[in-house]
Amino acid sequence: MTTSRIAQAGAIATGGALLAWSAVAHADFALNMTPGATAISHEVYGLHMLIFWICVVIGVVVFGVMFWSIYHHRKSRGVVPAQFHESTLIEILWTVVPMLILIIMAVPATKTLIRMADARDAELTIKVTGYQWRWHYQYLNENLGFFSTLSTPQAQIHNDAAKGEHYLLEVDQRLVVPVGKKIRVLTTASDVIHSWWVPALALKKDAIPGFINESWTLIDKPGIYRGQCAELCGKDHGFMPIVVEAVPEAEFQQWVATMKASKLNTLTASGGKTL
Amino acid sequence: MSTAAAPALDDHDHDHHAGPSPGLIRWLVTTNHKDIGTLYLLFSLTMFFVGGAMALVIRAELFQPGLQIVNPHFFNQMTTLHALVMIFGAVMPAFVGLANWLLPMMIGAPDMALPRMNNWSFWIMPFAFTLLLSTLFQAGGGPAGGWTLYPPLALQTGNAFPFVILAIHMMGISSIMGAINVIATILNLRAPGMTLMKMPLFVWTWLITAFLLIAVMPVLAGSVTMLLTDKYFGTSFFNAGGGGDPVMFQHIFWFFGHPEVYIMILPAFGVVSQIIPTFARKPLFGYASMVYATSSIAFLSFIVWGHHMFTVGMPLAGELFYMYATMLIAVPTGVKVFNWVSTMWRGAMTFETPMLFAIAFVILFTIGGFSGLMLAIAPADFQYQDTYFVVAHFHYVLVPGAVFSIMAAVYYWLPKWTGHMYNERLGKIHFWLSVVGVNVLFFPQHFLGLAGMPRRIPDYALQFTEFNMISTVGAFLFGFSQLLFLYNVVQTIRGGAKATDQVWEGAHGLEWTLPSPPPYHTFTTAPEVK
Repeated sequence: MTTSRIAQAGAIATGGALLAWSAVAHADFALNMTPGATAISHEVYGLHMLIFWICVVIGVVVFGVMFWSIYHHRKSRGVVPAQFHESTLIEILWTVVPMLILIIMAVPATKTLIRMADARDAELTIKVTGYQWRWHYQYLNENLGFFSTLSTPQAQIHNDAAKGEHYLLEVDQRLVVPVGKKIRVLTTASDVIHSWWVPALALKKDAIPGFINESWTLIDKPGIYRGQCAELCGKDHGFMPIVVEAVPEAEFQQWVATMKASKLNTLTASGGKTL
Repeated sequence: MSTAAAPALDDHDHDHHAGPSPGLIRWLVTTNHKDIGTLYLLFSLTMFFVGGAMALVIRAELFQPGLQIVNPHFFNQMTTLHALVMIFGAVMPAFVGLANWLLPMMIGAPDMALPRMNNWSFWIMPFAFTLLLSTLFQAGGGPAGGWTLYPPLALQTGNAFPFVILAIHMMGISSIMGAINVIATILNLRAPGMTLMKMPLFVWTWLITAFLLIAVMPVLAGSVTMLLTDKYFGTSFFNAGGGGDPVMFQHIFWFFGHPEVYIMILPAFGVVSQIIPTFARKPLFGYASMVYATSSIAFLSFIVWGHHMFTVGMPLAGELFYMYATMLIAVPTGVKVFNWVSTMWRGAMTFETPMLFAIAFVILFTIGGFSGLMLAIAPADFQYQDTYFVVAHFHYVLVPGAVFSIMAAVYYWLPKWTGHMYNERLGKIHFWLSVVGVNVLFFPQHFLGLAGMPRRIPDYALQFTEFNMISTVGAFLFGFSQLLFLYNVVQTIRGGAKATDQVWEGAHGLEWTLPSPPPYHTFTTAPEVK
């Protein structure tokens, strides 16, 4: 419903009927942001849709007046042009009314922003470090850290093999996290600026060498959430995905125990690295 | 004003300024605002095709998932150079060209105030772009870190780096000289009676734009110089390891970058504010409020740069400030749109090609404005930042925004400049192909961004395939349609139906009192403006 309206608005405004056709013809076309998997991501989705619909209404009114005028006030219909201009009252009105609309938008946006900034009382902290071109995850509460690298085979990228379902959005080691726990995410980088983005968590934070950024998430539903690096970081910027797997607490503890013993753990005594 | 004394000196002038130098040397040594305007416009058109070709390489690679045509490193060079060429080579010089041709004719001046500097500010440009584009042929290739040149990534550029920095310096010097010239001309050379609040809006918007240019181009020069010394002279302005801060570059860059956005759109507002009253046969609804709105936008442009950086980890207070300040821009921008629509209301409209482009500008720029408002909402911006939603947004304001206004301006004033009417039928075909092409190209990019496709990637996940294909089809349609524009302009320069002096029934302003084409020197005697 929403999506076909977006397409229609575009098509009507532009005469590009192709879009409307395509939106109807293929149901699997992803047109919109998804509500995501956290309370915050639902709020963000709500904000996005609120502003979107306000814009649609304003657009319908303004463009409606304009098209009415284009249709009725054309010289070929023999109209005589009016010569009115300047009206202080109208100028004040169309300054004040948009101000009020902006205030209506700003209130919920401010509330959400304040909630997103509050990373207190987290039960788990994960440090995310961007590298050219892979991610390193370190669980600060555990003695655990590992790299997460794209697992899509080169043959698929170079069109020598059929592309898999999660082409470019799959990694060798997922970031496994527990559901129902507030997780603090610290982002940084070792070389250039990256940006850690998981759309379903509405979490995007730049990973900047020499600096540590703080953000948080609390995932309600178990599931696999995929994202990508969002800041241009060199030639393989498009090839450093993020895969977050949210699991129940017990399963998480089990995974931590297995990973700690594994040779993938770059923080063990034998690995010896501190990242 | 000194021009008031000009009539007494008129007899002497003829000997000194008889006409252009003969042959090709004319274009090298010219100090005539019309010649230099033409040079700027032709340069801009050339760069528009160069930058367009790069865009088509990008879109061709993105037609399907997988790597087909270019490797990721070359892809990144294309995105970087496409932006630099289009911004500094196509859009900005086009507006300077329009300013050169039109400002003196609109305010009743004989020429620009500083003609020799005018020549120099143009002739720097071809050298700057030769330097910039030569990097494509150097070992290691051209710049590939994005036009925003964020360190540390930009510092990984190879031997191309100093060439890019020097090219940017040259473009900056050219822009600053052009801006000084515009201000000097408008403030000093207006005809008697042409008070500030009687100036055509195109003159007003350019005056304000020129101040923006002078304010921010040195900031860009400073930031890229610091990059240069970081790379070659051991400084650590942006290197955290040496006590610097990579984010500081972004603050400085966007302090330039956001006003830069308005440098590319304010003259477009001016153009559209000239064209709509002409074809509505009705005065602009709120002249004074348009001037105030333009000034407000210019002021706000200096305090909103942080909205390009919502994800860098600013404190909450900073994010709130930049969110509110950015949302405020919607108010004066809305005033402009409402004024254009009110000007059309109860007019007697006709829809020649310039008017079609102007109307498309109002609608499609407004769509870009809506997505801009959405991007201002910081919590939602975390989802939009660095995705194709942003790409769609700024292309809506720059292509059917700035570029359409430039095309509208060319169709509108070309009969004045050349003395020939362009081919109206061809102009309309060009318009319709462009307007369909541009929307097929950029509208689906909104969907791609919302569905999670990051920008600046050469390859993408499978769910993005369909809209990328559609976008690419639109890109080629839009790109090749511009050949019609080129053909139409060339044919109009070579000949065509004789244009009247007035050209358009509803046109007002000093430039329309001149013959079409205007003689080499105009308004050597200042006109009287009542």
